[in-house]
Amino acid sequence: MPEKLYPKFKDEISKTPGGENIKRCYQCGTCNVSCPIREIDEKYNPRKIIRMALLGMKERVLSSDFIWLCTACYTCQERCPQDVRIPEMMNAIKNLAVREGYIHDSFLKQAELIESTGWAHTLSEFAKKKREQTGLPAIFKECPEIREIFKITNLNRITHEEGSD
Amino acid sequence: MRRALIKVKYAFFIGCATPVLTVNYELATRKVAETLGIELVDITDFACCGFPMKSVSQETAMLMAARTLSIAEKQGLNICTICPGCTSMLTEASKKIEEDQELREKINNKLQKIDRSYDGNIEVKHFIRILYDEVGIEKLQKKVKKSLEGLKIAPHYGCHYTKPSEIYACFDDPELPKSLDDLISFTGAKSVNYENKIQCCGGYVLGVDEGVSFSLASKKLDHVKASKADAIGLICPLCSVMYDRNQRVIERRLNKSYNLPVLFYPQILGLALGLDSSELGLDVNRVKPSSLLEKL
Repeated sequence: MPEKLYPKFKDEISKTPGGENIKRCYQCGTCNVSCPIREIDEKYNPRKIIRMALLGMKERVLSSDFIWLCTACYTCQERCPQDVRIPEMMNAIKNLAVREGYIHDSFLKQAELIESTGWAHTLSEFAKKKREQTGLPAIFKECPEIREIFKITNLNRITHEEGSD
Repeated sequence: MRRALIKVKYAFFIGCATPVLTVNYELATRKVAETLGIELVDITDFACCGFPMKSVSQETAMLMAARTLSIAEKQGLNICTICPGCTSMLTEASKKIEEDQELREKINNKLQKIDRSYDGNIEVKHFIRILYDEVGIEKLQKKVKKSLEGLKIAPHYGCHYTKPSEIYACFDDPELPKSLDDLISFTGAKSVNYENKIQCCGGYVLGVDEGVSFSLASKKLDHVKASKADAIGLICPLCSVMYDRNQRVIERRLNKSYNLPVLFYPQILGLALGLDSSELGLDVNRVKPSSLLEKL
């Protein structure tokens, strides 16, 4: 059975910050030839992702692993003749995927660490002390305001879902 | 009394990757800034810039960035960053919030809930850009105590130092950048050209697909090795994680042999300023730069 198409998917993307220009794509492929990830692995193919999104293949796009493979180098954005802003558009698609319950595990873990500590990398208490002993300033103070920001932007529901810490 | 080169003061946004993964970058930056009279003020209230959250929620990322900007604004200090990821997130937020009144109001409504506000007055610059277009090469040149003649350095710009160019007012060309080349050349070292100079390190997808990430990093190491450079010179903690910290892993997995030192630009500049290699964290580098130091 052919998969269900969602013709309004492109509108959802264009209403999400970063995705505004997706409908301008005329499939020239400049993004593909500029993409360092695609050079290594064909399964990441920005032109194809855009085409699939425009055709309304919502579930396949949002549940796919390849949307998480954009390395955000912005080379395609600099070169796109239609100003599609592919890395920003990819963020819009990933943000929609997160809302639909799809998130790559590495990004979920990172979000959880940021929510609980305020930082994407942090040091143990021992390492913090050791740092200060060598004369470097104190860093990574606990930051409850970041937890608050997660609440304000309704993101805590993702990081506190069943099965995650 | 020794006269400071310039008297400038910034709120220092160090980010998270540098102190955890590349403390050599922190040590060298602090030492070089002190030597040049650039005051970097540490602010313990700072937290994540928001950049890693863009993929998950741009709204969360933007609010985290606005929080950082509001803290700097309260102190009356512009921000100096050293991680290009932080630089791009904070620059993008500062530009958007300054230009878009509606967004500014929306952001402030939310910031209010954590007792903060932001009027849109803060400028964000990477330390290297401060050296390049605020201090300037002419003034830096006067501070050189030891020429680095004989050294060949391959500059690696990474991605977010110049891109997206629209947020940086195109201060350097995203396709053919030159600021780092110029900053290397004035020390007496040669900045070496090599294939696909603006290629990304792949660090951003290390957690998604290690194989892809390492393959991409190995391309750069191949290209630089072919150029006969003594070292890579770079300005991003994540790029250093890929090329220095993971160089042995890449060699093993992809059956390569590089032994290519990877230096942060402040380490290179520090040598030219006559600073000691241990003060510049060069003993912390994974690939030991001893053969390079012997050349000096």
